[in-house]
Order: sequence, then C-alpha cells, then structure tokens
Amino acid sequence: MESMSIHELTATELIQRLESGDLTSVEVVRSFLDRIEQFDEKVQAFLRVESQRALSDAERIDQRRRGGDPVGRLAGLPVAVKDVICTEGQPTTCASRMLQHFTPPYDATVIRRLKQADAILIGKTNMDEFAMGGTTESSTLATTCNPWDLQRVPGGSSGGAAACLAAGMAPLSIGSDTGGSIRQPASFCGVHGLKPTYGLVSRYGLIAFASSLDQIGPLARNAEDLALLLEVLAGHDPSDSTSANLPVPEYSQLVSQPLDGLTLGVVREHFGEGLDSEVQAAVREALRVYESLGATVKDISLPHSRYAIATYYIIACCEASSNLARYDGVHYGYRTDEAAMLADLVAEQRALASRGEATALDDIDSPLVRMYRQTRSEGFGAEVKRRIMLGTYALSHGYYDAYYVKALKVRRLIRNDFDAAFREVDLIAGPVAPTPAYRLGEKTEDPLAMYLGDLYTVSANLAGICALSVPCGLSSDGLPIGLQLQGPPLDEQRLLRAARMYQAVTDWHTRRPEGF
Amino acid sequence: MSDPSYEIVIGLEVHVQLQTATKLFCRCSTRFGAPPNTQTCPVCIGLPGSLPVMNRQAFALALKTAVALNCQIPGFTKWDRKQYYYPDLPKGYQISQFDLPMSQHGYLEINDAKGAFAPKRVGILRAHLEEDAGKSMHDELAGKADSRIDLNRTGTPLLEIVSQPDMRSPQEARAYLTELKLLLTYLGVSDCNMQEGSLRVDANINLHVATSQGTVATPIVEVKNMNSFRAVERAMAFEATRQFDVWKDTRIALGAPGGHKTTRGWDEQAQMTRPQRQKEESSDYRYFPDPDLAPVIVTDQQLDAVRADLGELPAALRTRLQTEWGIDAYDADVIVNQGRAFVDYFLALANISGDAKRASNWMQQDVLRVLNERALTIDLFPVSSTSLAQLLKTVQQGELDTSRARDVFNAMAESGDSMPQAMQSLGIQAVHGDELADLCRELLEANPSVVADVQAGKDKAIGALIGQAKRRNPNANPNQVRQLCLELIREQGSAQE
Ligand SMILES: [Zn+2]
Repeated sequence: MESMSIHELTATELIQRLESGDLTSVEVVRSFLDRIEQFDEKVQAFLRVESQRALSDAERIDQRRRGGDPVGRLAGLPVAVKDVICTEGQPTTCASRMLQHFTPPYDATVIRRLKQADAILIGKTNMDEFAMGGTTESSTLATTCNPWDLQRVPGGSSGGAAACLAAGMAPLSIGSDTGGSIRQPASFCGVHGLKPTYGLVSRYGLIAFASSLDQIGPLARNAEDLALLLEVLAGHDPSDSTSANLPVPEYSQLVSQPLDGLTLGVVREHFGEGLDSEVQAAVREALRVYESLGATVKDISLPHSRYAIATYYIIACCEASSNLARYDGVHYGYRTDEAAMLADLVAEQRALASRGEATALDDIDSPLVRMYRQTRSEGFGAEVKRRIMLGTYALSHGYYDAYYVKALKVRRLIRNDFDAAFREVDLIAGPVAPTPAYRLGEKTEDPLAMYLGDLYTVSANLAGICALSVPCGLSSDGLPIGLQLQGPPLDEQRLLRAARMYQAVTDWHTRRPEGF
Repeated sequence: MSDPSYEIVIGLEVHVQLQTATKLFCRCSTRFGAPPNTQTCPVCIGLPGSLPVMNRQAFALALKTAVALNCQIPGFTKWDRKQYYYPDLPKGYQISQFDLPMSQHGYLEINDAKGAFAPKRVGILRAHLEEDAGKSMHDELAGKADSRIDLNRTGTPLLEIVSQPDMRSPQEARAYLTELKLLLTYLGVSDCNMQEGSLRVDANINLHVATSQGTVATPIVEVKNMNSFRAVERAMAFEATRQFDVWKDTRIALGAPGGHKTTRGWDEQAQMTRPQRQKEESSDYRYFPDPDLAPVIVTDQQLDAVRADLGELPAALRTRLQTEWGIDAYDADVIVNQGRAFVDYFLALANISGDAKRASNWMQQDVLRVLNERALTIDLFPVSSTSLAQLLKTVQQGELDTSRARDVFNAMAESGDSMPQAMQSLGIQAVHGDELADLCRELLEANPSVVADVQAGKDKAIGALIGQAKRRNPNANPNQVRQLCLELIREQGSAQE
C-alpha cells in the first residue's frame, strides 16, 4: 500500500489491514514517522519522537504476528502520549523547565495498558505547562500551532495531542482533561476527544494538576477509534484509590449501535453572552441533524453553571498549589544554580555586615529557603505560579472556609444540577468553547479571558461526569468547531453511540486541514 | 518539688509507629536499620504521578488501639494534607488527619501501686493516623548547605495519641507513658522502641499558680527530644521548677504579651531544657482533604469484631490476679507490667504449683532477677513453668529449704536442666520424713542438755542441733529439723507424764 495514504486510514481500518497482513506495523509506524518528519517542524505537536524505539517495537510486533502469536488490541498501532503521563525511562516533562530533565522510573497505568495492548508509543506531545492553560502557549519547551491555521493555537492543555491527529502525524493519542483540556483542543483541531467519568481511567502516573478533576482520556479522528482507545485505557486500578471498580463495557462493539428515542438537553445558560455566532449556528445545526435522526431536543437549565468557572478555579488552584509543592529542587527536577546562589548570599551578608545592618542580616534567607525560592521561581512559568499563588491564598487560614469550603458546596450543587438534568434527558448537547481557535498570543496577556474560554467544559470535571467533543462545523475562517456531548457518570457508551450516529450522517470528521 | 503554691499541668503527644510490614500508603518495607534510601518507591518519595493507597492493616491496628483507649470511633474519617516545606518531606505535605480523626474522646486509667498518686483517668483528646517523614542530617552552617536525607522512614504509619492536659505531676506523666506503652505492647500494635523511634513523646507543660487574684496559668512550653520515660519525668520536674522561677521573676501569664507558647528541647547531658529554634515552616499548614484518598468508613460490625478480638488488657488482668489468685495489688501490678508472656508464665506456674503467692514471690524475686541479669525476655527463659512448679512443690512439701531451692533454681536457669538433673549435679537430695526423724532422734539422744533446756521452756536451744544436723546431712531442711525435734521432745515429755 502506498505510504501517502496510510495516515488517512482510521485506527480501526489500520488494525484490520495489520491483521489481514496488507500492512506491517513497521510500514505504519514509518509512515507516521515520515509525516512527523515532514510536518512537525511547522506544527511542533511533539516534544519528543521515539523513532528508533517505535520502529524496533513495530518490528517485534510484526514478528510476533508473523509467528502466529497472539497480539493485543492495538498491536502495531502508533499512539502519541501527552507529556504529562509518566513513561518509564523516557523523559516526562509536563512542558516545564522544572521537569525538563526528569525521567520517571515507572510507567503510568495507562502506559502499561497501552503496552499490554501492543500499541507503539510514538512520542510525547506538547501541552500547557503542568496542563495549566487553554492554548498550549504556556509550554516552556515548544510552541504548538494549529494545523488548520498555523497562526492560531491548537487549544490546550492537550494541544499537541489534538494537533498531531489533525496533521495526520498519529492515528490515536491520549491527553488529560482537568477543565476541558481534551475537549477544547479537540474542538479547535477538528478531532474527537473524550473526557471519561472521574474514576473510569486510572490516574496512576498522570502528573497531577488538580487530583479531584484530572482524567486521562482518548483523542481520535472518529467515534469508533475513540471507543477502541477508551476500551484499552479504562478499567480498575488498585494503585489509584479513586479508580472505579467496575467492568469495562465493550465500547468498540457498542459504538456502532444507534440510540433510539434519544433525548438531548440543551442548556439555556450555554447560549448566552460571549458565544460566537458561528459556533452557535454550527451547534444549532448539529441539533437539527440529531432531530432528523429521531432525537428530541429539550431545553434544560443548569442553574449553578454560572458559578462553574469561579468554583473550578478555586478548587483546581487549591489542589494544584498542594500537588506542585513537591517540586522544590530537593529530590529531583530543576534546582537553582547552588554555587551562584550561595555566592549571592555571602555577598549580601557581607554588604549588610559592612553597613552594620545587623537586624537586616537576621532576616536574610537561610540557604535552604533561598534554594526553594529560587528553584521554584526559575523552574515554573508565569501561569503555573499564578495558580499556585491563587491556591495557596485560598487555602490559607482565614480564607479556607470562604473559598475552598464554599467551592466544594457549589461543586455539589453543580453535580445536583446534572443529576436533575439527566433525569429528564439522556445527554446534554452544546458548544465546547465559545469561539474557534484563538490567534497565537491573543489571550496570553489576559488570563481571565482565557479562563472564560473554559465556561462550557469545567462543569463536567466538577461534576465528575463524562463528556466528549465531536467536530460539527467550520467557521468562515475555516476553523473547526466542536459539539460537546455530556453524559451521566459511567455512560460513555451512550456518548460514543450518539457521536457515531452524528458522524454517520455528516462529514465534518473527515475534513483535513489544507496542506496536511 | 511539689510546691503547694502551684499545680503542674501536663499533656502528652505520643507518636507510635504501628507494627506493619509495609508503609501506610505504599508497599515498601518498614524494617528499621536498612541502608539509606533502599526502602523507597515512587509513592513514598513523592515522584510526580504517584498515588497513595491506604494500608488496611495499619488502619486496623489504629482502630484496635483507639478501641482499647476507650475512644469514640466515628463511622466516617478522612485524610488531610498538612502542608509545609522540609527536605525530609518529599511531597511538600504530610498525609494526616485534621478535623475528622479516626478516634477521639477516650481515656487511659493510671495508678501507682505504691500510692504515689491517686488513681485517675487521663483523657485522650484524639488519636489519628499519619505518615512519618524521612530523616535529615544537617550541616547547615552559614553560607553552607549540606544535608543528607534518608527516606526509608518516609511513609511509615504513625498513630498520634494526644492526651488531655490531665497530668498533675512528672510521676503521673511517667505513669501515663508506662501504662500506654504496656497497653500498646499487650495489643501487639507497636514494639514501642524509643531508641529506634517507634515511640516518640512531646510534652506540653505549664503551671497553674495560686495567687491572691486567683489561679493564673503560665505560658505553655512544648518540650521535645526526650528519649526515655525517665527523661520525660526529669524534664517535667525541671520545667516545673524553671517555669515557677520565671513566673516569680516576670509574672507573665499565658496569653499575655510574651506569654505565647514556646518550644524547648531536653538536654540529657546537662539535665535541663533549652530553648529550641523553630523549624523553618509556617504555622499555617493549609490543611485540606487529600483528593487522592477515599474517606474511610468504619461500621459497627467492624468495631464489634475489634472489641471481640481485643484480648485481656492490663487493667483487667491486674484485677483478675487479685480476685482469682489472691495476689495483692502491688504484686499484680509488677507481674502485669512485665507483659503478657510473663503473666502467662505466672498463671501456668500458679496453676501447676497450686500456690499463687509462692509463685508470685518466685517470679518477682528469682525469675525477674535472672531475666534482668541476663537481659532476657520470659520467652527465652530456660526454665519452663512446669519445671519451676515442680521445684516450688518440693519446697512447699518441705523437702527442700528455700536457700537450697534457690541454688537448684540458679543451676536450672544456668543450664536449662530439669529439677532432678540440677539437684543431682549439685549433690542435693530431698530428705524424706523418715530419714529426717531418725537423724533428729540421734541428735536428741546425743544432746540431753538441749532436750532439758527445751523442756524447761527454752525452745531456742534447738538452734544448737540445727548446725549439727546440717553437718551430718547438708540436705536437711533447718525448719523441718527444728519442728521435728520440738515434736519429738514434746512426745518424750508427754510419755513421761
Ligand atoms: Zn514506598
């Protein structure tokens, strides 16, 4: 088969051809490596590409297949991994100076599952630093561009994960979603992305941003592939105390079954101020498509959704301030230049002493405190520091009840809203993001505007429910628009089936950016 | 020391390392003394992405202790992060329990068998589980920062037991610790080894001073670095005197300007407390619930099972020794305080010998002496309770006097021989009644003056015969010789009448 067309095939099709012997894993991997070689200089979706390793793994899989040995679900298929997920013996950086040279001695549970499924880990993808951001611009290691318009952001924080699919540099990828970090870049890049129910996929080995919100999830170019990858990733993990101990449904089988009598809820509050008219039109059109497929669309209200952003940023920042405390330069990761630091300290002490300022001398940092301070101020970027400070403040004595405790109460109310809604409707449909992809640099100076971009996505994380993004249109600028479907806890199969129904009668998911 | 013008108020915080094979949130070994940083994994060294999973055995041991301390156990308890920066705390927070501890509002009864203080209940404010930090060794001189860190201990399960400020003297503080340690040992939840850090004590102490305006509390001092119970007792006595001197000097009361809580360390060499530099940490720990761990639910059935499995605890055992075996309170205390195995030995000995008082005396005087001399525990004591019971019976039947029996006992303890073997190797034979009677008759015939003296009412004269009897037969029991001779003389007298 001609190498140029391999990247056009879906993961499901690739597996069929690998199984039939039409293609070898080496051919598939080489084809995607060639694509990376050709396009990633422009897109910069990858922080590292594991060419040699991927090819030798592919060769091994091919040998096993030729020898008639049983192989895993994803045997020989390349998968890209967001650089927030620990891979044994391969750097895992969180796109941060702090972990730029950190190599974990262990695999995340999802990596073990991918390896057990004989997937080929092709490389680690770029992201916002510590998954904090919606543009991937806070990465301190690379700037990822949106393949649909290289002047625009791919979204974030899983920007590399979405961009590599859009540019045909990988058939499947995994990301993490704390407040929309899978769905929003999927929407910006015109691919599918799913945030599973909290607890469905193990977090062991996912470098924590906000532990009660983080979930690993799949990104793919169609619903079937998404279902297949989710099936591999999901399942109970005794190493994660928050992991659900339930059997994993056969998503890849269920996905092709259409839903009869589907009722979609449309959230009144989601069509208010700030929603781009083209996005609104595309989402409305998608709802009409569902109606044409026999679905009922019903107006619903999530009354507490207007508090979602505030609630989310308090909880996420509080947890982040605690989770990121471990990066202190003592045990691993970045440490400030100690010799220079101590030289400065001695010079300061001398200067103070010579001026006879004994009290000022007493106030000077100890070497330890100074090491902490310099390491953290040099190792973290601005957005990470902003969130650590917000969280530290909100957890401080005297503020804890007013911020954190209150946020937890609102979080409960938001979950109650969803519980009530799902008694009336099967799924909730709406926009993923208020606008298509921003221009590079457009939001970097205005963090609040960027936080508002998470308006429609953060609720699913706060409530712990599942949600996905499906391509549903292109703006007049030719930028992808995503439709968000949200489902009750552990009802991923319904989300996937609904996405598949839509995909069967539309072609948005087959559109590719020009030049790729 | 017990100046009537003030009352000492002491509360104790005890950290107990629970005896689990693995750490609280990972499966690393808790063994003491391994080379630095060899018992670690991604979880306990806080590598990015690692997650804690609660050790159920640790929780079970904590639950057992809390029940034994008469605590209230809520049905729902959770984990919190206590946040501060320190190099031996790799995550930047310690997983602990803040506002919903696994147990609270219990008590421990203390008593002094010699009556140094009246029996009392010391309240337990709370007992909660937490993970230990690592160990740092510092060389932090000015302009230099050289520290070494061992993370083997990081994540070891600790039960922090916080008492109410209910102790009123250094002796009470020591008694509380002794009784607590005994309880923990009976429960088998900790080895309580202070040298290895399995049991650590911090004390809070201040004075309630009687003044003409009423009682005034002096500033609270937290005392650390006490490496034995004796050190706690001495540190408390030292602090009481010191605080009273300071009070007389400054009249600064608790809460007044300059009356905030301070920390001091016990200097064992100098036998005094010294002010301690506070750790470089904020006092705001920014506690919040750990989102990585599920809350723990404790059911009534679980608690019932724990209660059923508790075994007989020291207080109940002391009572039983007194009521069932007729041992007095002091003796019961000594025996029970030696630990469960010692009590079991005693019970076997009392049972087989049928003489609990004699068993108690022998255990306290002879068995304990050997154990102490040879630094043995009762499990390794070479004389079985059956063997010792045999010896005690021989003494009881008068076949061996106490001093000869002690020689036999020492030989048994030395060699591990049975009683007959030990007697044989010492050339000691039990003297039977007939044999002894013959000996006494011979002596009386040979010493008519002694007989006459006794008949004249001077029983003491018999003493002269005892030495002779011992010379003729070293195994003769002096008491029996005396008794028998007196009886024989009385028989003669009545025959003559
Ligand atoms: Zn460990």
